[in-house]
Amino acid sequence: MALETSPAATQAAEWVEPPRRSLIRRLVRYRSLMFGGGIFALLVLAAAFAPLLTRYGPDTIDALATLSGPSAAHWFGTDQFGRDLFARVLYGSRLTIAASFVAVLIAVVLGSLVGIVAGMAGGYVDLVLMRVVDLILIFPGILPALAITAILGPSLTNVVIAIGLSSIPVYARVVQATTLQVKTLNYVESARASGASPLRIVMRHVLPSVASQIIVAASTGLGVSVLYVAALGFLGLGVQPPTPELGTMLSDGRDYVLLAWWISFFPGAVITLYVVAVNLMGDGLRDLFDPHALQRLGG
Amino acid sequence: MTAIANYVLRRLGALVVVAVIASMLVFLIIHLIPGNPVVLMLGQNAASQADINRLTDELGLNLPLATQYWRWIVDLVHGQLGFSYGSNLPVGTLLQQSYPPTLQLTAAAMAVTVIFGVPLGVLAALKANTVWDTATMVLAVVGLSMPSFWLGLLLITLFSVSLHFLPVFGGTGIVGIILPGITLGVGGGGVVARFVRNNILDAIHLQHVQTAKSKGLSGPSVVFRHVLRNGLLSVVTILGLQVGYLLSGTVIVETVFSRPGLGRLLINSILDKDYPTVQVVILVLTLAYTVTNLIVDMVYPLLDPRIVYA
Repeated sequence: MALETSPAATQAAEWVEPPRRSLIRRLVRYRSLMFGGGIFALLVLAAAFAPLLTRYGPDTIDALATLSGPSAAHWFGTDQFGRDLFARVLYGSRLTIAASFVAVLIAVVLGSLVGIVAGMAGGYVDLVLMRVVDLILIFPGILPALAITAILGPSLTNVVIAIGLSSIPVYARVVQATTLQVKTLNYVESARASGASPLRIVMRHVLPSVASQIIVAASTGLGVSVLYVAALGFLGLGVQPPTPELGTMLSDGRDYVLLAWWISFFPGAVITLYVVAVNLMGDGLRDLFDPHALQRLGG
Repeated sequence: MTAIANYVLRRLGALVVVAVIASMLVFLIIHLIPGNPVVLMLGQNAASQADINRLTDELGLNLPLATQYWRWIVDLVHGQLGFSYGSNLPVGTLLQQSYPPTLQLTAAAMAVTVIFGVPLGVLAALKANTVWDTATMVLAVVGLSMPSFWLGLLLITLFSVSLHFLPVFGGTGIVGIILPGITLGVGGGGVVARFVRNNILDAIHLQHVQTAKSKGLSGPSVVFRHVLRNGLLSVVTILGLQVGYLLSGTVIVETVFSRPGLGRLLINSILDKDYPTVQVVILVLTLAYTVTNLIVDMVYPLLDPRIVYA
């Protein structure tokens, strides 16, 4: 086996399809889709209908009950100002979840655009566009998002833009690879030969093929994005107090961790639940769209 | 032999290219921020126009961008990393103080990643499609889904406060690194566990393993001689990638535990708008990540004879 670039990359490319696993295994995977999707829907609905679920506002102060633990009156306890944490977690997850959605949307739109243009144009355009996108991958983990936030300045909007921009490579790569594949399919070539415009080929053939892959990537991407939104919030670069946001709430809770564990426990638990849900959903969707990847990529 | 030399040279060449590009992008940070860096340095109110002009000249900020980059990079190569806007200390000094704790933390977290990830992945694969498999993989998903800042706070509450075990914040030595190490390493452990499981499942289906089984070799012997060897080798490559997540994750974990280090330095300088320090720390973390992966790519073919340098 001769290698062009990295040994690992080539090995992955030469991976051989294992025999299909049992039907039971597939059903188990759909179970993870249902389970993940269920929790996800529940959390999104709870965030959307926050005002109906609690009689407290996120900034309502109960001066008689500061730093009080979880009770019948305050399910998740109260913080140092006597604000109800259940209400704050509900309202906070609104911002966090919405921010993660918008960030993924930015990445999906820009990434798909780059991927389709690169894949359709081919040649130098492809090479240059994909190399430019790869520039982001030089920096590991959360660093690109951190650097962009540093440039734009701390605020929720900037955090969303930063996470969106730094997630472009994932989608650009998936879409570019699929576009290249679809372009060479016989029926697509004959469509082109019979005079179909590139735009028509993209709309009729490329987008439908790419859609399922984008959905899979985006559902896992939502998890990463919500973790980054909360992380940048925790670091003080996102929403500025007193607006509730899950990451920012955790950072408040850090100061009281020895006195009142509940301040940081509940926001963090909601983030974890949300990320577990979207990861399960992503695993399930991947199997749904591509049963062959079951064994290799599932978990 | 020449093939190896060729491969090593080409990879080193690629490293230089990545390093140059990374330095250019990092250099641009200070020019992309809205506002005049000199005003940031002097403080909004204190600066008179004369001071601003003098310092702009001094720093060469009105020179062409390429000239500025060249000066900056020559200084960097000579160890002149500039001065922090905030403390006016040389950035090099800050870096020297900050990198050892981060190195320790990353090493500890890597140990946790391996200790948590590899056995769980092996267990799940060998007991594939059983309750063990499901339980392990649920654990792995929870591990990689948990925000590290939450896990850190949970561990602090649990161990330091309730059980009076370990020093809570800023502990030193081996004890002080246990909780931060776990906090940073668990997420990677989840990733590794999933990767190991799937790799081993692939290895089980390899032909020679099936042959060994049909020859009548017993379970443990097949598992150790053939399956694990094949299944675990490529873990090395994903560990290389994990280093990147660990290095960038120190930003968060060092904040949670009030540990000194590069991550803490980076976030403090971002909050203080101390851009010379931001630039250098991002560059250092990125280069550390790139070099680690280069080493992994160099070492991997030594471990796996099937891979040939070319």
